[in-house]
Amino acid sequence: MRNLRLIARLDIKGPHLIKGVHLEGLRKIAGAPEDWARRYAEAGMDEILYMDIVASLYDRFSLSDLVRKTVDNVFIPVTVGGGLRTLEHVRQALQSGADKVAVNTAAIRRPEFIEEIASEFGQQVLMVSVEAKRQPNGGYLCFTDNGREHTGREVLDWVQEAVERGAGEVLVTSIDQEGTQRGFDLELAEKVTQGVDRPVIISGGFGQLDHLDAVIERADVDAVAFAHVLHYERVAPAAIRERAASLGRMVREV
Amino acid sequence: MSKRVTVVDYGIGNLLSVCRALTHEGGDVTLSGDPEVIRQADHLVVPGVGAFGQCTLELASRHLREPVLEFIQTGRPTLGICVGMQMMFDIGEEFGEHQGLGVFPGRVVAIDPRKADGGRRKIPHIGWNRLQVPNGRVWEGTMLAPVQPGESVYFVHSFSARCERPEDVLATVDYEDYEVVAAVGRDNVMGTQFHPEKSGDVGLRIVRQFLSL
Repeated sequence: MRNLRLIARLDIKGPHLIKGVHLEGLRKIAGAPEDWARRYAEAGMDEILYMDIVASLYDRFSLSDLVRKTVDNVFIPVTVGGGLRTLEHVRQALQSGADKVAVNTAAIRRPEFIEEIASEFGQQVLMVSVEAKRQPNGGYLCFTDNGREHTGREVLDWVQEAVERGAGEVLVTSIDQEGTQRGFDLELAEKVTQGVDRPVIISGGFGQLDHLDAVIERADVDAVAFAHVLHYERVAPAAIRERAASLGRMVREV
Repeated sequence: MSKRVTVVDYGIGNLLSVCRALTHEGGDVTLSGDPEVIRQADHLVVPGVGAFGQCTLELASRHLREPVLEFIQTGRPTLGICVGMQMMFDIGEEFGEHQGLGVFPGRVVAIDPRKADGGRRKIPHIGWNRLQVPNGRVWEGTMLAPVQPGESVYFVHSFSARCERPEDVLATVDYEDYEVVAAVGRDNVMGTQFHPEKSGDVGLRIVRQFLSL
């Protein structure tokens, strides 16, 4: 049976867990991010994804401390992204205890960065993150810096190049759907999963369990990210796992 | 009482998670690439991340191959994790043929990306998968004693062991109709293809059990 990974996505600004809409309009959520991460791990989410959503504005990697605090008590895979620009940043992230890094801006600006990370640390550590925005003509373009910066790169074209260069996984976030709770961008999910033979994580838009049915029926996704519904406790991890299992996908026993 | 355990540091990958899981379960952890420290260990963990050939090369160039083999000879508990388990086999086929430690007869081969029905099987195998007991095997008395068949553990790998002796296989998982050797064990030597340090509560139970052997 094919598995489906359920990923808890925690967007971070400074010391806070935050949640926005379309990656903007940020709202703080009370409580330490590492405590939320631990709760999600214990409730049966499969992986933790931390995204520093302001880091790229400052050219820094700032989540070392958070990752270090997290992995004291979280024994599932942790991915960290946001502001990773150099091999030294990647090394810091991994040495803090992260298992994988998610890279967007730096990779799209200088695609060789993907090869450098893959050859230094292995493809398994590298998740290439893509922020996709639907265009009036129907295509999708890549953005960076939480949807603020336009790159002109077409999404499918870029993820295929990223995979060729050594991306171990691809994380696709729909800027249009993100934070809306109106469901995933199904066409985007279908395009990307058909276009690459690496694991694809779909992010942005989950609001209710039916949205899981829709994305699984339409696209061969490997993993799905959840944020809003978890942080506001609208849908329980156990309910997500049960729904995934009822759709014929293997999830972990908890 | 804490149990002394040495994690072999041969310059490969992130060993922090492994050390933390051992510490969490009461291990008194030493991270070392010193042959003498390795020979003196009570329990030995051989981690491994990346490619088989690179790992065996690093191990050899740091003069750690013989100390690890000597440690195994003493009968004390040894655990290989991921590529650390793969290295216990005769041969690895990742980026050419490479000689392993030869503790378990067999080869480490690429997972077949084609399914029998013509569909594709995504490589690497990433994610949680359910442990199964091979026919005739029991987990009692092994590091898997506290685990129930069907419990899930976390995998990230593209290559998989093929055991010459079926009795070495402690657990398998089914990756879309491809049988993955998930754990091997014979006497004092054990290996997991999965990452116990990333497998939540199930993984921690396995770590605790290893430390109690």
